[in-house]
Amino acid sequence: MSYIIDRRLNSKDKSAVNRQRFLRRYKKHIKRAVSDAVSKRSITDMERGENISIPEKDLDEPVFGHGEGGNRARVLPGNKEFRAGDKLQRPEGGAGGGAGKGDASDSGEGMDEFVFQITQDEFLEFMFEDLELPNLVKRQLNATESFQLVRAGISEEGTPNQLNVVRSMRSAYARRIALGAKKKRRRDEILAELEEQMDDENHRKALREELELLQKKLSHIPWIDDFDLKYNITRREPQPCSKAVMFCLMDVSGSMDQRTKDIAKRFFILLYLFLQRNYEKTEVVFIRHHSTAKEVDEEEFFYSRETGGTVVSSALRLMDEIITERYPITEWNLYGAQASDGDNWTNDSPVCHKLLANKLLPLLQYYCYIEITDRGHQELWQYYEKLAESTPEAFAMRGIEDYADIYPVFRELFQREKPRVSQ
Amino acid sequence: MSSNTPLSEGSEWTFELIETYDREIARIAGSYGLDTYPNQIEIIRSDQMMDAYASVGMPVGYHHWSFGKQFLNVERGYKRGQMGLAYEIVINSNPCIAYLMEENSMTMQALVIAHACYGHNSFFKNNYLFKSWTDADSIIDYFVFARNYIAQCEERHGTEEVEAILDSCHALMFYGTDRYKRPYPISAAEELARQEERAEYLQRQINDLWRTIPKSKAGKMGRTEHRFPAEPQENLLYFIEKNAPLLEPWQREIVRIVRKIAQYFYPQRQTQVMNEGWATFWHYTILNDMFDQGLVTDGFMMEFLHSHSSVVAQPGFDSPYFNGINPYALGFAMMRDIRRVCENPTEEDKRWFPEIAGSDWLSTLHFAMENFKDESFIQQYLSPTVIRDFHLFCILDEEESETIDVSAIHDEDGYRQVREALAAQYNLSSREPDIQVYEVDVEGDRSLTLHHQQQSQKPLAENTEEVLKHLYRLWKFEVHLYSYDGEEVDVSYRVPKRKGLSLAP
Repeated sequence: MSYIIDRRLNSKDKSAVNRQRFLRRYKKHIKRAVSDAVSKRSITDMERGENISIPEKDLDEPVFGHGEGGNRARVLPGNKEFRAGDKLQRPEGGAGGGAGKGDASDSGEGMDEFVFQITQDEFLEFMFEDLELPNLVKRQLNATESFQLVRAGISEEGTPNQLNVVRSMRSAYARRIALGAKKKRRRDEILAELEEQMDDENHRKALREELELLQKKLSHIPWIDDFDLKYNITRREPQPCSKAVMFCLMDVSGSMDQRTKDIAKRFFILLYLFLQRNYEKTEVVFIRHHSTAKEVDEEEFFYSRETGGTVVSSALRLMDEIITERYPITEWNLYGAQASDGDNWTNDSPVCHKLLANKLLPLLQYYCYIEITDRGHQELWQYYEKLAESTPEAFAMRGIEDYADIYPVFRELFQREKPRVSQ
Repeated sequence: MSSNTPLSEGSEWTFELIETYDREIARIAGSYGLDTYPNQIEIIRSDQMMDAYASVGMPVGYHHWSFGKQFLNVERGYKRGQMGLAYEIVINSNPCIAYLMEENSMTMQALVIAHACYGHNSFFKNNYLFKSWTDADSIIDYFVFARNYIAQCEERHGTEEVEAILDSCHALMFYGTDRYKRPYPISAAEELARQEERAEYLQRQINDLWRTIPKSKAGKMGRTEHRFPAEPQENLLYFIEKNAPLLEPWQREIVRIVRKIAQYFYPQRQTQVMNEGWATFWHYTILNDMFDQGLVTDGFMMEFLHSHSSVVAQPGFDSPYFNGINPYALGFAMMRDIRRVCENPTEEDKRWFPEIAGSDWLSTLHFAMENFKDESFIQQYLSPTVIRDFHLFCILDEEESETIDVSAIHDEDGYRQVREALAAQYNLSSREPDIQVYEVDVEGDRSLTLHHQQQSQKPLAENTEEVLKHLYRLWKFEVHLYSYDGEEVDVSYRVPKRKGLSLAP
């Protein structure tokens, strides 16, 4: 007797929970591996999974077992030339003693790393864990798109398009039963009596009359009545919505060599992935500048090349213009991130300082500046330092020297903390 | 050969074909007297097969990170192609659940049905170890109970708490069975009904045990007379469940669950060679019969023989593929050999097996399957023929000796020694260290003392202290372990470690 069952349509990932448990338990290891991978990977390469390896001894599940030593007798197959009484040299490293002993020696076979794959999603999850945009506040409710229709129950009044058919029919049915049941019962009684009582003609006549009356009354019960109708009612509920825009500013002037640009791009890619992942309503504006600034799309921002002098303030001005034009501060949370090698046109740095301090920072939630250089800091850095002192809640700056710094600096800038008081 | 038409020609399977093959296989199995539970054959995808692997034979498992680790391991092996997903997983339950992978060809499905649904199934139903240690009727219900109970605990006490207890129980899982006492079969319904009552009752008992107020030193003189436990206890998990002083009732229940599940798997660990040998023997016999009756094609047979022969391959000890003795190979060879001895005994066989040579092979084979475990089966039935076929030899690896000595080979002088050594290799109690609870200091510091009796001077593994830490987590008072070489204490362990003290007993 056999039952054959098709289980192929059962849900996938029965092991998902156990897998998550495992990942959680070894979070520390995985985080380290992810952070290593981030600094090693090329910029186009962030969106895939990663091989994680954990030392086997760290995930050992110990059980009582025998150790090396003692006297053992073992039976092996495949004898070719041995005779009883032969004495053999011990093989190096105890391999002969270990192999084939089943569970006890699995660890002895050079598999000292446990390697497994995490998916791209998990990779990014670990990469951006504990990070968030600082100072995000709910701005003005936007009248046009932030309403949602929610159900608010059933009503007796409404428009035909809101008719709730099921409820209406149910109530009509109930009404018909309530009004007709007694009459129907009487009708059935009369019918039964007419069947039996054959002789008493008078009585039969009376019954027939009553029956007729009943039939008439019954037919007058309407199948559906006005007060049966039920309508769905809905209510427009305002949705609090927070929108954020991130301005990415990058120096692409001649002084930025390929490596510096590469580092800057990586930083922005991280930022971009982070935003994409965490905020559905986040817009990103890419501004690149040399001596003049230009708003570009994502593709151009990351991948095209340009040279020229450096005027940082041009980018800040453009940013200011875009804000005025498209992102009213009443509706948007504004963020800025800037990457540069620190070079700037002489006399432009004070302008930048003024622009930021007077115009931009009052509008912005947060502005971060990363300087990618292994040389000394220049004028721009010094002016920016003043900003960091005067408005530490809205301005942060860090120096990056090498690829390896990118991820730590990124984490530092966007570390989740207690909400700061915004200005 | 009869003039039957083959059941199918191509390699594609359909549900109708599976039913047809199953019917034919059942018919042939029945003619050999294979007595089985009803079969529940489930068709699954390969990723579901990985899930099944990862849950180590529990169709309904509780959640634990170690199963996740297992899953990642399987997934990795599968993706790299190191491991074909084996064709079968079969659960010792009633009805007997067997999985077929949808990727398999019709031939493979037929092979799995014969192997798992009739081979393993009849072994589960009739072998004495399975009969006395497991209850196929209620095991699935018990798994469900265990899963729900543990999920409840996680809700109430937090995942991490529960995980820690499970970790510790898993570390002692192999010490959760009484080897010599027969257990009560598990019954899920009762289990659930009695569980609360038991928790309360247990706690009361434990309180009784620990109520003793520490006495003055004079009282200690008489300690040896009132040693607790009176007899050494080999079932560590049971001992903890009943006696650990500070466990909460729910923690005791978890200890019990792990212990019960360990008990369920206990027979499987001791009957690998027999179980696989039996199943392989029957898929081989049944499919060959089908061929003889004209029910399957030549192509079917070629494919079947190809996978059959790779399953029963035994690489020599010096081969790069060598990974111990292949239980399929040894088991299959021995089962076939028993049949041969019954049907065509040689002079040698008559000398070695006077009681079975020439007897009815089928009843002899059934008797062997029903009444032995690997160790005793080998001791009883390993014949010189099989020893020669496998070129088995025995080596002695002694600590004091410079060399490894070949003590016996496949010749007249060596057969008995090889057989004995191989049987011992499958003896669970020589594979696992003999560790027992010796004493609890009931009136003093409540410390728990274990004794380890070394076999052939084999010391304990390096991670012993880690295991003791798990034991300490459950016992919550000091744990001592003395490893005895004969009468002498060879090594002693103590957890938690005390600073700067010698650990002499």
